[in-house]
Amino acid sequence: MKNDEYTGLEFLEQPSGNEINRRDFFKTAGSGIFLLFTIGDSLMSAQDRQGRPQRGVPTDFNAFLKIGEDGRVSCYVGKIEMGQGVVTSLGQMLADELDAPLESVDMVMGDTDLCPWDMGTFGSLSTRSFGPSLRMAGAEARQVLLELGSDYLKVPTDRLTTENGFVLDSTSEQHKVAYAQLAKGKKIERRPTGKVSVKKPGEFRIMNKSLVRRDAQEKVTGKAKYAGDIQLPGMLHARILRPPAHDSKLISADISEAKRVDGVQVIKEGDFVAVLHKYPDVADVALSKVKAKFEIPKSDLNDKNIFDHLLKVAPAGKVVAKEGSLQAGESGAKTLVEATYFNDYVAHSPMEPHTAVAIVEGGKATVWPSTQNPFTAKEEIAKELGFPSENVRVITPFVGGGFGGKTRNLQAVEAARLSKMTGKPVQVAYSRKEEFFYDAFRPAAVVKIKSGITEKGKISLWDYHVYFAGERGSQMFYDIPNYSTIAYNSSWVGAAGSHPFLTGPWRAPGNNTNSYAREVQIDMMAEKAGMDPVDFRLQNMVNKKMLGVLKAAAEKFGWKPAKSPSGRGFGVACGIDAGTFVASIAEVEVNMSTGGVKVKRVVCAQDMGLVINPEGATIQMEGCIMMGLGYALTERVMFKGGEVLNRNFDSYEIPRFSWLPKIETVILDDKGADPQGGGEPAIVVMGGLIANAIYDAIGVRLYQLPMTPERIKEALKKT
Amino acid sequence: MTETIKFKLNGKPLQLTADTDRMLLWVLRTDLGLTGTKFGCGESFCGACTVLVNDLAVRSCSTPLKYVHDKEIVTIEGLAKDGRLHPLQKAFMDHDALQCGYCTPGMIMNAYSLLKKHPRPSDAEIVEGMDDNFCRCGAHTRIVQAIHVAAKEMEGGR
Repeated sequence: MKNDEYTGLEFLEQPSGNEINRRDFFKTAGSGIFLLFTIGDSLMSAQDRQGRPQRGVPTDFNAFLKIGEDGRVSCYVGKIEMGQGVVTSLGQMLADELDAPLESVDMVMGDTDLCPWDMGTFGSLSTRSFGPSLRMAGAEARQVLLELGSDYLKVPTDRLTTENGFVLDSTSEQHKVAYAQLAKGKKIERRPTGKVSVKKPGEFRIMNKSLVRRDAQEKVTGKAKYAGDIQLPGMLHARILRPPAHDSKLISADISEAKRVDGVQVIKEGDFVAVLHKYPDVADVALSKVKAKFEIPKSDLNDKNIFDHLLKVAPAGKVVAKEGSLQAGESGAKTLVEATYFNDYVAHSPMEPHTAVAIVEGGKATVWPSTQNPFTAKEEIAKELGFPSENVRVITPFVGGGFGGKTRNLQAVEAARLSKMTGKPVQVAYSRKEEFFYDAFRPAAVVKIKSGITEKGKISLWDYHVYFAGERGSQMFYDIPNYSTIAYNSSWVGAAGSHPFLTGPWRAPGNNTNSYAREVQIDMMAEKAGMDPVDFRLQNMVNKKMLGVLKAAAEKFGWKPAKSPSGRGFGVACGIDAGTFVASIAEVEVNMSTGGVKVKRVVCAQDMGLVINPEGATIQMEGCIMMGLGYALTERVMFKGGEVLNRNFDSYEIPRFSWLPKIETVILDDKGADPQGGGEPAIVVMGGLIANAIYDAIGVRLYQLPMTPERIKEALKKT
Repeated sequence: MTETIKFKLNGKPLQLTADTDRMLLWVLRTDLGLTGTKFGCGESFCGACTVLVNDLAVRSCSTPLKYVHDKEIVTIEGLAKDGRLHPLQKAFMDHDALQCGYCTPGMIMNAYSLLKKHPRPSDAEIVEGMDDNFCRCGAHTRIVQAIHVAAKEMEGGR
């Protein structure tokens, strides 16, 4: 193919909904070779969800690569890095498919002016959904380079190969040309042809290998910039007056004393009261001098009676899965097991509280927020300021942990609002108290299960009802002929009047609740059947991937079959999340006098298809195990009406070094399969895993998460 | 109250006139522009703000400026010498002892202080010494490894 057969950019200026944007976009994009592509279904959601054309970048693609005149390969995508390591794993995929050195690959992420629209970074989607599209784009771009190289070197493409940023003649390797040379002075735009294949596992050079994180050096030297580290000349730090409880109304606020603090600026607009100062700690002092009265609505709800309330206000159930007949399942059962499971509200508590810096000037806003969804933040900010959304740019710096909690962007909206009001750059950084107050918690939830087993120890019935957790993770992977799954309130956001504060997605939303209930129920059935809990699971499974991970975990652990409670403190649990299969086995020790649980060992086996960065995937598994110990053992939001009672880490205990069990991981690397999610799967089994291990140790079932020492002691008393 | 105090910051002598009741964290981050030290909880629970004062780890969010008069402060920015990473920084990198990285500066500074006290620490000593530094991403197992490796690397100096 000749150069002139490529689509020149001038031909793109045919009438289209985004004609002007398109021209502007390429005007600023510079010279080079461009490959425009789409990630999975998120383009469709861009149009569906927003219902309006996107600004800045055309809407008919949502990611692109550029091979520049300097030979650098840049991938522009609206995803963000919050610790999950995608800067590394995505770079690996692209460099490998393109045969470019990894050092020459830049991931340009989370900047709404530079990157096409993206829905947000969650659901372990970055590698699983974006990965295959990115690899395809890399392979297509390599094909373009081969064709350009053929022209340049006067060698047919079938005699050419690519290596380390060069196209070379396979018969004479000195006869070669750098990608940079091929991109020089060109503006070539291509779309995937669908005719190019990605590499086969045997051809991988960079993928499927463990690499040190590409952002590690910046992070160990303190150079990595998070939102709060962005300092602009003349910037003010804002502290905002907060109500003592949700749904409170500000009656009066006396700001006279606050105003006397030297250098402070006080803003009062309706019930929005903020103090600003060049030093955040002086702003704190000023805020403490605001005398405010609030009217707090009366509410009898608290963290104990919330479950009765939720069951009372639950909307009608929706059947999300059904197979066979429950009646047949029940009549075929020799033994029935019925139980109800509860879990409390849980906070995200990332180490970095919500923070944003904003500068609004000349009718334009630039905002640096800690966010998982910069494009949503952009729209929220535009709406607040009354700006057209193309006048708002959101740039995402490093994010200090998200876990689903950084999908609301109130702090970014507040920073922009205050910058517009004061005419100065403004930083809003939540205190830990604000972080606990405004977090959209993982919802409290209830699961009711009735199940049955036949004389031969086969599960014949599964009648499953989940309230307020949503259905993620409730999909049945055990081999059960008769089952039904009904979700009451099928999202993590409760209908109005259900939760006393906001609720939202929390690492593997819904799945932690569903997997906990399911795996404890399965354990109870194993006991009724007089069987070892691993054997019982194996006997009731046909899914090859699940069988594979369960066997791998049992082998690594050195599992010896015994009926529970064996006194050994061994527990097992299985789960599926984000396309990945997980089985874990744990050993615990319970202190009978304090009720305290020490998790001594966790073995986790995972099948996540092709593993892009095995070390990165292992780290995610370890992180899931450690974080999962928290919701299993201690983490619970306590409240009285709309007042959140835990406001710092003294009353909300997250996992720490002294909890660290011996962690062993096994990854069943299915090189031929597409990569699946890795940021969440290993956490979903943690509740059921620890509950089952506690039962095996002391013969006490825990039907509520977290399994705090108090709850364990209480359960012990009842037996 | 406003007074002039002197201290050494990352090896350089410094004189500062400020309200010395203010907490060191904010003076470092805003007045001095050293943003590597992070705010995490503001009440000494989490360790994100850990810096060294005379080689001992302190929580800068709860340390008034007057406390550091005539003392030597080292922050994460001052740990690398002559462009060479400190063995702890290198070990944290090599062992992937971080994810989001927000707790990392505090972890490294706390580990530095721990290694001053226990140059070849046992697992138990690391766990005890690091227990009040929180990591939400769950990099704990790697951090313990990294501290062991750095300790070995640092034998006989640094």
